Amino acid sequence: MVAPLLPLTVRDAEVWRGQTRILGPISLNLGESGITIVLGPNGGGKTTLLRMLHGLERMRRGNLSWSCSREDALKRQAFVFQQPVIMRRSVVESIAYPLLLDQTPKREALSRAAEAAAHVGLAKHLDLPAQVLSGGEKQKMALARALIRKPDLLFLDEPCASLDGQSTREIEDILLRAGADGTRIVMSTHNVGQARRLADEIIFVYRGQLHEIGPAPVFFSGPKTAEATAHINGDLLS
Amino acid sequence: MPASSEVPLARPSHPLASKSMDNLVRTSGLSGQFVYFEPHLGLLAIVLQFRSGADFPMNDILAGLAQALRLVVSFDPTLYEITLRSLSVTLTATIIASLIGLPLGAWLSVNRFRARRFVIATLNALMGLPPVVVGLVVFVIFSRSGPLGVLGLLFTTKVMIIAQVILITPIIASVAHQAIRELWAEYHDLLISLNATRFQRIKALLWDSRRALLTASLTGFGRAVGEVGAIMIVGGNIEHSTRVLTTAIALETGKGNFALALALGFVLIALALGVNYALHFLSRTERSSRW
Ligand SMILES: Nc1ncnc2c1ncn2[C@@H]1O[C@H](COP(=O)(O)OP(=O)(O)OP(=O)(O)O)[C@@H](O)[C@H]1O
Ligand SMILES: [Mg+2]
Repeated sequence: MVAPLLPLTVRDAEVWRGQTRILGPISLNLGESGITIVLGPNGGGKTTLLRMLHGLERMRRGNLSWSCSREDALKRQAFVFQQPVIMRRSVVESIAYPLLLDQTPKREALSRAAEAAAHVGLAKHLDLPAQVLSGGEKQKMALARALIRKPDLLFLDEPCASLDGQSTREIEDILLRAGADGTRIVMSTHNVGQARRLADEIIFVYRGQLHEIGPAPVFFSGPKTAEATAHINGDLLS
Repeated sequence: MPASSEVPLARPSHPLASKSMDNLVRTSGLSGQFVYFEPHLGLLAIVLQFRSGADFPMNDILAGLAQALRLVVSFDPTLYEITLRSLSVTLTATIIASLIGLPLGAWLSVNRFRARRFVIATLNALMGLPPVVVGLVVFVIFSRSGPLGVLGLLFTTKVMIIAQVILITPIIASVAHQAIRELWAEYHDLLISLNATRFQRIKALLWDSRRALLTASLTGFGRAVGEVGAIMIVGGNIEHSTRVLTTAIALETGKGNFALALALGFVLIALALGVNYALHFLSRTERSSRW
């Protein structure tokens, strides 16, 4: 039996860029199951928060503790970046790459990658250079690449930002299915509608501060801060 | 030259001995003046020729082209011998320098350490190493009383390869570093997020920037194949042993055989182009040619 990854406890964490504090101090607990949506306006600190949780941002102050060892924890999570990182490889090779890092035999890795590509609707593009895909297709490829190791915890940074309605639905379905299969999902968005559809829990960040964290129904029925209210209403109006 | 007493530097300089060539030179209407030529002073000899106002008629270029064609078409054995030697010496040097320079460039892009900037600055400075000086240093190291004299490598193609490796490794490493650093900036977050080991990161970067790395190696090849200063000193331009295209050109120029020198020059250019075309064609057959 592997040790559980979560809960994760963050205490007074701060991220700085030179003389500017861009995030924090933030304290939060990340529970063992469900979909957590990080909401907030542009520049609010969503990306910084997710990257910090994933170990990509150095904390100047505070600490972050997983239920297992940090090294183990980092191995069991994946990240879909706001700007997908596109390798100079074909679509199927890009998706297979994480498996190749784990010494999976190439043939097996490629066939699993082909399956994963079909899963996100890229079956026709397997052998295309990943760089020629459209923006939305790149996002889907990045999602397939992140899911291929079957991570216990998946971070997604606005994965649907450049997707049309149809693709957004497809991605949401994939995420809901992954969530039902036990993958813990932490995803940022500034799309309040999407947050309503997916979230079990909401984290609202604004100007680098955590304003609210709690169950989604509670958040949507009565946001505690004026900023959160404005954000929900603003998004509904537009 | 301090070490010249112990080795026969001033051997009689042989022209590219081939009767057909001699005839061609004679019939090409060339009036080259005789300059005492000693291999190590080849460049000096060339400079002196220009200084002394020897003019360089346009005819020589045409004659050189014609002669180059004749030599190639007639399968002149001496020409083929020195061309093949040029190719094998420089290709070997390029391969060795790439095996050192490419991973070094990648390693410098991926690792942050205190002296990194210093190493990179040094590398960039070394790109401009004067070949003559490199040749001289290698010569001293491998001369009989030098630290590596016992190996007896002086005036062999091996030591020519060593000199060229020293000359082009910094170029290959530096060009590779440039390309890989840009790719690393793009891949950084992904590779860290995927928990790739240091070795896996370097492997991915090298593989995914392979076209740029090919260019890096070709840049090194280009510098090495046309280089004369270092290999002239360490190789000695010995006929049937260490004579290559560039040293032969210097020799013939020194003797005033401009047309023959030019002919060899055209062969040299064709060689450099040929290798470039061949490698680009090979890499283009790959599916990833769209990158
Ligand atoms: N070097 C820096 N100096 C000062 N401020 C910075 C620096 N780098 C980032 N920031 C600021 O940090 C803030 C947090 O950015 P972050 O990317 O986390 O926001 P976000 O919520 O993801 O926004 P978006 O919805 O646009 O993606 C931004 O306001 C940004 O301007
Ligand atoms: Mg963001």
